[in-house]
Amino acid sequence: MNTSVVVTGIGVVAPTGLGVNKYWAAARAGTSGIRAIRRFDATGYPARLAGEVVDFVAEEHVPSRLIPQTDHMTRMALAAADWAFDDAGIDPARWPEFGMGVVTASSSGGFEFGQGELRNLWRQGGEFVSAYQSFAWFYAVNTGQISIRHGLRGPSGVVVSDQAGGLDALAQARRLVRKGCRLSLAGGVDASICPWGWVAQLAGGRVSTGADPGDAYRPFATDAAGHVPGEGGALLILEDAESARGRGARVYGEIAGYAATFDPPPGSGREPGLRRAIELALEDAGMDPSGIDVVFADAAAVPELDRTEAAAIRTVFGPRGVPVTAPKTMTGRLLSGAASLDVTAALLSIRDQWVPPTVNTEPGVDHHLDVVLGAPRELPVAAALVLARGYGGFNAAMVVRRAG
Amino acid sequence: MSVREATVDGLKQILRQVAGEVDGVDLDGDILDRTFEELGYDSLALLETGARLERALGIKLDDSTLNEVQTPRQLLAAVNEKRATHPDAA
Repeated sequence: MNTSVVVTGIGVVAPTGLGVNKYWAAARAGTSGIRAIRRFDATGYPARLAGEVVDFVAEEHVPSRLIPQTDHMTRMALAAADWAFDDAGIDPARWPEFGMGVVTASSSGGFEFGQGELRNLWRQGGEFVSAYQSFAWFYAVNTGQISIRHGLRGPSGVVVSDQAGGLDALAQARRLVRKGCRLSLAGGVDASICPWGWVAQLAGGRVSTGADPGDAYRPFATDAAGHVPGEGGALLILEDAESARGRGARVYGEIAGYAATFDPPPGSGREPGLRRAIELALEDAGMDPSGIDVVFADAAAVPELDRTEAAAIRTVFGPRGVPVTAPKTMTGRLLSGAASLDVTAALLSIRDQWVPPTVNTEPGVDHHLDVVLGAPRELPVAAALVLARGYGGFNAAMVVRRAG
Repeated sequence: MSVREATVDGLKQILRQVAGEVDGVDLDGDILDRTFEELGYDSLALLETGARLERALGIKLDDSTLNEVQTPRQLLAAVNEKRATHPDAA
């Protein structure tokens, strides 16, 4: 029998607000953080909108000594980690260091830092490249910096599976807690809104070139034309349920089920792996589809991917068989930070008994989805399913539910 | 650092740029004989500091220098010795 693993702390950095409360208030109001890019001059690029975290001032949240050696995404991750510990009421300095680990997801590492050092290399020469480039760009850097800052010396790692990574990291953390690690800090905080990162995202062919923040990202619409990228994410504290209860922790909910699948090669004619991921995650949770009160969709906003997701949800839950929402329509898709922020929204929906809306889209009727549109919906939420897909065929599904 | 001789003030400025300041350490105090470890600067911070000094002074430190020096006084001595023997630094 696997032990139950629960979430006891959350730190959020989102385009719509810093911290859980601001993010959640914006989600309730349906406020969008998608705007014209400010971090660099994007006028010459085909896509010019993003969900930027505009009110994050690194110097207010990160020690001065870490500023010269960190990418923007790492600074936001360090802040989110601090807030997650605060939220959980844990001072890691008072916990056994080998009993705490950290697992983050990453999509491309610290691209903005890397871009700056590449510029130094080609404009000025190798001796002008920062020694910190050795790790500041690296996929595992958020895990490393958080581990060093808080003395988390237990089992740790990084997962690289694009947008699915936020769920895969939480699942890895759950495995580690089940193996005896007392606490694992996990999730994703990501950012790649710089010219180098931007062209890499554009090359994927799934970024919206829409100019109007009010309709550039329209998942499930018949005229869906790609997503708007964003930055930020969420880090969560996972603990063994009994241990959390023992210290009187406030519990957001249980990570009850998870599965990951990989798509067959393009052109194989075989069904994509998302439906199977959903079914396996439900099985892992020991639940029937009827136990799920809301689905947080991956919401690719690419017609074929939307059809695949709608079909998977329909097949498992029936036509209009479960409320579906995509609060990422307010933030953009946050790379490896997207899914852990969706898990956060799912846990807060369980806490508050309302579900955040999907904004700025009108789903095609052919999908037969009951999308929570325009305004939050009050409904009893005991369990939620979160879906995430990564470029290249990654599928992940996670069930969270009210702790027993 | 625009001066052509490495001074403790110039070094402090570089240390602040490459690795900020550590809580509880006053760089404005007398740091010459405190170890970099005590001051909160790790080996990578020292590597970056060495690179900045090389660029500012037009010198090349020996590969072993940064592994050997323990304190700002020792680093400044090594740097200024290089400077003295460097043909362009006169």
